[in-house]
Amino acid sequence: MGTANNVLIFADIRNGTLRQVTFEAISVAHQMANGGEVHLAILESLDPNQIESLKQLKLDRMWHVDHPLLKTFNLDAYVETWVHLIDLLNPDVILTGHTALGRDVSPRVAARKRIGLLSDCIKLDTSSTYEFVFTRPIYAGKAYVQRTITKPPFFVTLRPNNFVAHFDTSLDQSIEIKTFHPNLSQISLRTVVTDVVRKVTSGVDLSEANVIVAGGRGVKSKEGFAPLEELAVVLGGAVGASRGACDAGYADYALQIGQTGKVVTPDLYIACGISGAIQHLAGMSMSKTIVAINIDPEAPIFEVADYGIVGDLFEVVPLLTKEWQRINR
Amino acid sequence: MEILICMKQTFDTEEKIFIQNGEIDDDGVERIINPYCEYAVEEGIRIKEAHGGTVRLITIGGAEAEAAIRTAMAMGVDEGYRLDLTDFPADSDEQTTSECIVQLIKQKQIPYDVILCGYMSIDNGTAQVGPRIAELLGIPHISTITSLTVDGRQVQVERDVEGDLEKVESSLPILLTAQQGLNEPRYPRLPDIMKAKRKPLHRMKWDELRVDVQMIQARTKKVAILPVEEKETGQILSGTIKEQSQELIRLLHEEAKVL
Ligand SMILES: Cc1cc2nc3c(=O)[nH]c(=O)nc-3n(C[C@H](O)[C@H](O)[C@H](O)COP(=O)(O)OP(=O)(O)OC[C@H]3O[C@@H](n4cnc5c(N)ncnc54)[C@H](O)[C@@H]3O)c2cc1C
Ligand SMILES: Nc1ncnc2c1ncn2[C@@H]1O[C@H](COP(=O)(O)O)[C@@H](O)[C@H]1O
Repeated sequence: MGTANNVLIFADIRNGTLRQVTFEAISVAHQMANGGEVHLAILESLDPNQIESLKQLKLDRMWHVDHPLLKTFNLDAYVETWVHLIDLLNPDVILTGHTALGRDVSPRVAARKRIGLLSDCIKLDTSSTYEFVFTRPIYAGKAYVQRTITKPPFFVTLRPNNFVAHFDTSLDQSIEIKTFHPNLSQISLRTVVTDVVRKVTSGVDLSEANVIVAGGRGVKSKEGFAPLEELAVVLGGAVGASRGACDAGYADYALQIGQTGKVVTPDLYIACGISGAIQHLAGMSMSKTIVAINIDPEAPIFEVADYGIVGDLFEVVPLLTKEWQRINR
Repeated sequence: MEILICMKQTFDTEEKIFIQNGEIDDDGVERIINPYCEYAVEEGIRIKEAHGGTVRLITIGGAEAEAAIRTAMAMGVDEGYRLDLTDFPADSDEQTTSECIVQLIKQKQIPYDVILCGYMSIDNGTAQVGPRIAELLGIPHISTITSLTVDGRQVQVERDVEGDLEKVESSLPILLTAQQGLNEPRYPRLPDIMKAKRKPLHRMKWDELRVDVQMIQARTKKVAILPVEEKETGQILSGTIKEQSQELIRLLHEEAKVL
């Protein structure tokens, strides 16, 4: 098994807080470093309260990258800053989430540095004769490939919700936060974000939710999602949707799960009125436990379901809510 | 307007995946244009229809990929390049694919104002190749676009960012990756299918690129391809709907322990 001397993680931030996938990257980093140094780089403005709490995390150093061009996402500025930090720290492992941010920045940085990049990894194996072996789904989740990197640095993006998150704050001493000022005076910003229309409402982040109640075309209307939302609330989860439901206007595209939408790996996925098309399965088939509720016993969703109820979702879903409330009282 | 599309042929989405001697078995499989590349092809043709110009296409693939190239030509692509990496003497990965495409563009002096890629391939699925090409060419990219307006040398784009909608402005030359929602790809008409057979298709072997194998060979290495473990057949509950609902909650709580 290999060890890395120096691991660098690029944080992913949403609404001023670190996304869960960053904590997952920290635990992968510790597995790979096995005693080596772990660095975390934070580029966007983070809530000052969170910075304080992060000081207790088991990290060797945090880099707070401060530059006016990085306050909001800009591709050129981000690529340049990542490259600067990699040149400065010379890590043998670079980790980030396989999120919109990671997907945009990591391939450009990898191409610039002519290094290998393993994208969308779901598992790390350290027991092989190779240094580190990562597993990633291929063919829309119909097979897996295990790959390794032939020459450091190891550059890896992690699919959210597939690794145990690290929240260990056992350090008795708070770690040092270094401020890094990248020199971005030479770069031209060739793309400019003029507007962001937020459709993702507050509440549980879909790609990080432990429980997802998802509705498809079988939900039949926008109002039809109300019982699904009630169930999601009592289970502490989030609501998702199939492309069918989004196309029909019952749900916003922000909720779409599947190849084109979000890829999710919750502990519990409840599919209501979803037929189970391959593009939908690509986004959820790795959920730990899958429940299907569908009036059609032949629906392909039952092939991936651990538990199935053949029945009308409008009858079943409210009964599930009631039953959970009853035994939880 | 000079439009260039990077298109990949993939297995039909409905194909089952079998593993033979540690490799994906491709014997007799149906193949299609990678769906996200199909949006790229359609968008390229629409840009030409609106602004004039030429639509060219590059595919890295074996002889079987020519069916996909001809389909794209029947949709409206003018000229194609197929680069064959079959005899490449080393491992290849996204680094190899993107370096080869860039070398091909440079050597053949293929002009471009807009390069269109799919946001991901549905087989390999890394979403790396588009952004890597842009970086190697030194041009900007915008990924997962759902709407595009070209106005002179300016481009306005709407893109999907994990469900949020982002509006981005930039200028040519640029590389764009296509997300579902960008357009509805057309079906080729019969006369166009006939015409497509006569459109120029250039075939190249990797060694004609005169590239340094060391420089472009894979930086990653395959260790194994694994099947998805057959899931045990799930349990279809029985009884009245009320009984089933109660039983399901009990099972999730006590057996699966996810509640
Ligand atoms: C390139 C590409 C990308 C795609 N990406 C995605 C993606 O990311 N995500 C995605 O989901 N799809 C995606 N699709 C679309 C996908 O192929 C399917 O069309 C879609 O998933 C179907 O949605 P659905 O299951 O809700 O609808 P349907 O297939 O119409 O299924 C509705 C189901 O509801 C059941 N039903 C009806 N009434 C009830 C009731 N009262 N109670 C219980 N059950 C009921 C029916 O039996 C049926 O099984 C993509 C397609 C392409 C080509
Ligand atoms: N073999 C190939 N030939 C041409 N273009 C490719 C090839 N592989 C990938 N691409 C392009 O890169 C995109 C993303 O592919 P990937 O990085 O494999 O997910 C595809 O949609 C294509 O536009």
